[in-house]
Amino acid sequence: MSKATAQPLSLKVASGAFLAFWCLIAAFPIAWIAVMSVKSPRDAFDASAWNVITGPATRAAGNGLSLLDILLGLIVLYFAIRWAFTRLPGMVEQYSPPGFIVLGWLVGAAVYGLLFVLIFFGALPLVFGMLNSIAGPLGTPILGLTTEHYVAVWGENQFYRNFINSMIVTAGVVTVSLTVGTLAGYGLARSGSNLAFWLLIIALVFRALPHSVLVAGYLPWFINSAEILRPILGDLSPTLYGQPWAIIAVLVAINQPFTIWMLRSFFQNIPSELDEAARVDGCSHFQAFRRVIMPVMWPGVITTGLFSFLLGYNDFLVTALLLDAQNQTMVPAIAGYFNRETTTTDQVEAVAAAVSITAPLFLLVMVFQRQIVSGLTAGAVKG
Amino acid sequence: MKFKTFFWFVAPSVFMMLLFIAAPLISVFIQSFQITQPVMQQIEVETCTPGFLTQTCTTEIKTVPVIDEETGRTQTTTAWVGVQSYQNVLQMDKFWAAIGSGNWGDILQIDFWKALRFTLMFTLVTLPLVIGVGLMIALAVNNATKALRGPVIFISLLPFIITPVIGSLSIYWLFVGDGILTATLERWLDRDIAMFAQAWTIELLMYFYRVWHVAPFAFVIFYAGLQTVNMDTLESAIIDGANRFERLRYVIIPHLMPLIIFIALIHLMDCYRVFDEIIGFRSQAHVISLQWLTFDFLTPDDAGNRAISRAAASAMLTMVGIVILLILPLRRTWRDHKGGAH
Repeated sequence: MSKATAQPLSLKVASGAFLAFWCLIAAFPIAWIAVMSVKSPRDAFDASAWNVITGPATRAAGNGLSLLDILLGLIVLYFAIRWAFTRLPGMVEQYSPPGFIVLGWLVGAAVYGLLFVLIFFGALPLVFGMLNSIAGPLGTPILGLTTEHYVAVWGENQFYRNFINSMIVTAGVVTVSLTVGTLAGYGLARSGSNLAFWLLIIALVFRALPHSVLVAGYLPWFINSAEILRPILGDLSPTLYGQPWAIIAVLVAINQPFTIWMLRSFFQNIPSELDEAARVDGCSHFQAFRRVIMPVMWPGVITTGLFSFLLGYNDFLVTALLLDAQNQTMVPAIAGYFNRETTTTDQVEAVAAAVSITAPLFLLVMVFQRQIVSGLTAGAVKG
Repeated sequence: MKFKTFFWFVAPSVFMMLLFIAAPLISVFIQSFQITQPVMQQIEVETCTPGFLTQTCTTEIKTVPVIDEETGRTQTTTAWVGVQSYQNVLQMDKFWAAIGSGNWGDILQIDFWKALRFTLMFTLVTLPLVIGVGLMIALAVNNATKALRGPVIFISLLPFIITPVIGSLSIYWLFVGDGILTATLERWLDRDIAMFAQAWTIELLMYFYRVWHVAPFAFVIFYAGLQTVNMDTLESAIIDGANRFERLRYVIIPHLMPLIIFIALIHLMDCYRVFDEIIGFRSQAHVISLQWLTFDFLTPDDAGNRAISRAAASAMLTMVGIVILLILPLRRTWRDHKGGAH
C-alpha cells in the first residue's frame, strides 16, 4: 500500500466504530431473544437489562449456574466443538459406505446432535449438582438459567411434530428442486438459442410474482381436488389441501425460477470444452452430463441447495394457507402462540419457540458461510 | 445443443412452472370475474314452545343453504359477475366520493388504497437505505484488518438468513409494551411510550427491520465488487489529485453501478411482496400491504368462508403492479440481448 492511499487515523477509527456499531445492531435482537428464552417470565420482561441477563427471579426459583458450572460448561463446549471440526469428518469418511458420503454426513450430524443434547441436558446437570454441593462459595449460583420454556414448547406443546413436518417439507423441496433444476440449468447454460433466453426472462417474471397471487390460484383447486380428480383416479383421488407433498410441489415450482438462474450461472463457469471433449469421445449429451459434469458441479449444487432450504424453511404464507393444523410446519405454528399469548409465560414460550427455529439457521451459517457468500455473489458479479 | 436434447433437459422444470405458476395465474384471472356462493333456499319453519294450555307456535321463513343429499355438503353455484369483485376491492365509489369532497385522507381508509400506499412507500423508502447502508458496511469491512473480516461477515449474515417472521418478531419483542428498548427509551425520555399503538411508529420499525434484514445481502455483493476495483484507475485518480470522496464518487461507485442496479431490481421485487412483517409485528389493525390483503381474503372468516373471488381480484391488481414495475428493466435486458446477438 502506497503512502497516498494510507488512511488518516480519524477515518480508521470512524470506520472501525461504524463496523462495531453495525455488528451490535445485527446481532443484538437475535442474541437478546436467546437470553430471554432461558429466563423466568418475570426476568425476561424486566425493565433493567442487567436483571434480564443475570436473572435474579430465575435464580431465586432455584435455577441457576454457579461460577464452577459456567467454567466447566465452557470447557466441555470448547472440546465438543473442537471434536466436531477435527475428528468427526474423519469418522464420517471412515464409517460411511463409499458413494453415500452425503448420507453419512446426515447420520453423523444427527448422532452428534443427539449426543450433544444428552451430555449437556442429561449428564452435565447431574455432575454439576454433585460438584456444587461440595464446592462451597464457588458453587453458589450467580446466573439465572432455566430450560423450562424449551421443555414446555417441545414437550407439552409437541413442537417436535411441527419440526418433523418442517424437515419433511424442506428435505422434499431441496431434493426435488435440485434434481429438476440442475438438468434445466445445464440445458440453459449450454444452449444459446432465443428460446433459452425467453425461458430465462419468463422465469425472471415468475420470480417477481407475489406468492399470494399463486396461492389464490391453488386454493379452490386444492380444496376440491378430490371431486375434480374422481373421474380420473376413482376413489383414490386425494384432497391436496393439507398434504405435505402437495406443499413440496408448490414450493419447488415457486423456487424453480431462482434455482435455474443460479445453477445456470454456475454451469456457465464450467468450461464447455469439458463436455465437448466427452462428446468427441462418443458420449451423448446425457452421458456427458452424468460422467463429466456431475463430478464437478457439487459446489454450485450445494450453494443452490442452501438457498432452496432457506425458502422451504422460512416460508410462512404458502404453508399457513395450504396446510391444516395437524400438518403445520414450525413457522406458521408460532402464529398459534399469538392467539393464546395472554400471560407472560406464554410470551416467553413463544420466544423459546422462535429461538428453536433460529438455531438450525445459525448452525447453517456457521458451517456454510463460504458457500452462502459465493451464492450471493454468483448471480450478481457476473451480471 | 440440438433442440430435442435441450427440450428433455428443461422439460421437468418447465412442466413444474407451467403447472404450478402459469396455470394458477390463468385460474386466478378467471376466478376474479366469477363468484361462487352457496345456493340458498327459503323454507318455512314452524317452531313451537310449550305454553300453558296450548303450545305457542310461530312460523317464519328462513334462508338456509341447500345441502347436497349425496355428499352432505352445501351446494354452490358459480356465476359470472364481470368486474364486481374488482369493484369490491377497489371501492371506486368511495374513492371518488373522497376526492369529490376534498378529504383526500379518506382514500386511505379503504383497505386496498391503504395497502397500496404502504407497499409503495415501503419499497421507495427502504431502497436507498439498503443500498447506502450496504455500501457503508462493505467499505468499512474492506478497511478492516483481514482477521476481522470473517467474523464480521458471519455476524452480518445472521439478520439476512433468519426467518423473516422470526426476525420481525425478535424486534417486536424488544419494543413490545414491557420490552427492553421501550423501557430504556421511557427512562431516557421520562414518558410513556407505546410503539404498537399508532401506525407511524410501527411503520418506522418495519423500515428498520427491512433494512436490517436486507442490508447484509447488499453488503456481501458490494464487498465482492470492491475486490475487483481496478487499482490502476484508482492510482491515476490519486495522481490527478482526487481526494478520498472524489475517488469514491467517480471511480468506485461507477464501478459498482451494475451491482447497484442488480440489488435495486431484486429489492423492488422483494419489497413489493412485503408480507412477513405484517405477521411478525401484528400490525394488521394499523398497517397492511397488498400481499397481506390477498392473504386476508384467503383466510377463512368466522363462518369458515374464504372470499376467493375478492382474493383473486386483489391478486390480479397486485400482478398489474409488478408488471408495471418490471417493464423498464425487462426492456433493458431485451435491448442488451439484441445488442449482444449482433
